[in-house]
Amino acid sequence: MPRALSSYVGLLCLVLMAPIAIVVILAFSGGSYLAFPPQTYSIQWFVRFLGDPNWRASLWVSTIVALIAGTLATTIGFFAAYAFVRGDFPGKKLLLSAMLLPIIVPTVITAIAMYFLAARLHLVGNLLWIGICHAVIALPVVLLILLSALQGVDANLERAALSLGASRTRLFLTVVIPLAAPGLISAALFAFLTSFDELIISLFLAGVRAQTLPVRIWNSLQMEIEPTIAAVSAFLIGVTGLILLLDGVLRGRKRLEGPK
Amino acid sequence: MTGRRQTMLLMLPALAMLLLVFITPLGWFFQQSLISDPDAGPLWDTIVSVVTARAVLQAIVTTNWISLLVTATVLLLGYPIAYYLANNRGPRFTLVIFCIVVPYFTSIIVRTYSWMVLLGTHGLVNQALLATGIVHTPVKMLYNQPAIVIGMTYVLLPYMVLTLYAAMKTIDPTLMRAARGMGASGAMIFRRIYLPLSMHGVISGALIVFILSIGFFITPALMGGPSDVMIAMLIERSVEITVDWSSAAVMSLLLLAVTLVLYAIYYRLTDIRRLMGA
Repeated sequence: MPRALSSYVGLLCLVLMAPIAIVVILAFSGGSYLAFPPQTYSIQWFVRFLGDPNWRASLWVSTIVALIAGTLATTIGFFAAYAFVRGDFPGKKLLLSAMLLPIIVPTVITAIAMYFLAARLHLVGNLLWIGICHAVIALPVVLLILLSALQGVDANLERAALSLGASRTRLFLTVVIPLAAPGLISAALFAFLTSFDELIISLFLAGVRAQTLPVRIWNSLQMEIEPTIAAVSAFLIGVTGLILLLDGVLRGRKRLEGPK
Repeated sequence: MTGRRQTMLLMLPALAMLLLVFITPLGWFFQQSLISDPDAGPLWDTIVSVVTARAVLQAIVTTNWISLLVTATVLLLGYPIAYYLANNRGPRFTLVIFCIVVPYFTSIIVRTYSWMVLLGTHGLVNQALLATGIVHTPVKMLYNQPAIVIGMTYVLLPYMVLTLYAAMKTIDPTLMRAARGMGASGAMIFRRIYLPLSMHGVISGALIVFILSIGFFITPALMGGPSDVMIAMLIERSVEITVDWSSAAVMSLLLLAVTLVLYAIYYRLTDIRRLMGA
């Protein structure tokens, strides 16, 4: 039985990683169509991706939007998470579950509603508005990460600082934020990633001016599977990999070490 | 530590953002397209005419069927992995969690694209089948219902595994040892002790996967055929193609109501902070 379980888990892990690995390998194909394994290897599709002004513009839009969303969600989420962990008020659990709604409500509905409002306020294609809308989706991610991070911060340290005469602002700047820094950074990274990878809201709000990378991939997939998409996908996988790596390094690989 | 007033002050930015950019747009969208629209008849008539339309009924059936299929598949595939994770540590644990977490954080559009590359007519699976002589003409594996189930299973499996793992981690292993010591067989220990103790994980995992499935859009839109229309796709089409806002609003309201009811059940059953396996 244990051997059967191990081989099953091994097989499934292969199936889970294979599609991602194959896309990355195909992105380095030297041929003109997607044959696996590629006969020759080159970086031609990456050159085409980064050489195309449209794709470059999309990369720029995605980055700006994700920076806005990441900063906004992390800042706002940090205050809220702190209030949840340290505050004591009735209906705490209910309020938290309400704040997590943006990742529960089907994104298509949220996106249409945001588009409906944006169309009347002439905000379609506005990077700031897309960033703010992405921040709404990223807020639950930030909250979930920071709730567990702040729970690990000893409240006695804060009491000590207050009793020694620190102001609320000083308490935040010199005690709470430094102690919560690993959690904050990881929240910011995943908030950035949530926005960078988001498709549905971007699809509705992009207009013609603000197509993010996922939107341009979506538009290309509607027509034909061109190999440049493999390079763009590999790029997005690379960003995910980089963020997971940074998170792992910064948090001392705590998450990956498993059961305590 | 912080007073009630300070707590509310800290909460304010998040509440304001959700109210202005989430609740208000939703409320306004429903209000404008269902109540204020001069072309719309009485609300009840609009609702009845939309939900009794053939295409909508068909989409509701398809959505439920695919979501149930995906939930069951993900549960059956995910349970053994979660069990393995809960009972291993060190490099084995790290390796398996790596294989779960990397796809989990990869863009859904990229994950869907990767399966399109595999399953397409000239895709890698067909290339392999043709090369080995198992088939002589390419098999149609994309743009049908099985393709949707494969794609969605791939996207949703990590949610199930992480939820189950969180539940299984709390099971006391000495219970199983005691049962074994008293002569219970492996199958009996699983059926009488492990399965019941992991049941709340199974229920939360199944609920969260089903909730996410019924609102799925990207994967079914890209991997499904013309007849496999899920409700979220129909909502998108009525906005983008037919520009029928009142139909879109009625379908959205229905989907939203079902989602909220299921989320309320989830809320009653689980620690909400464990959402998404955090």
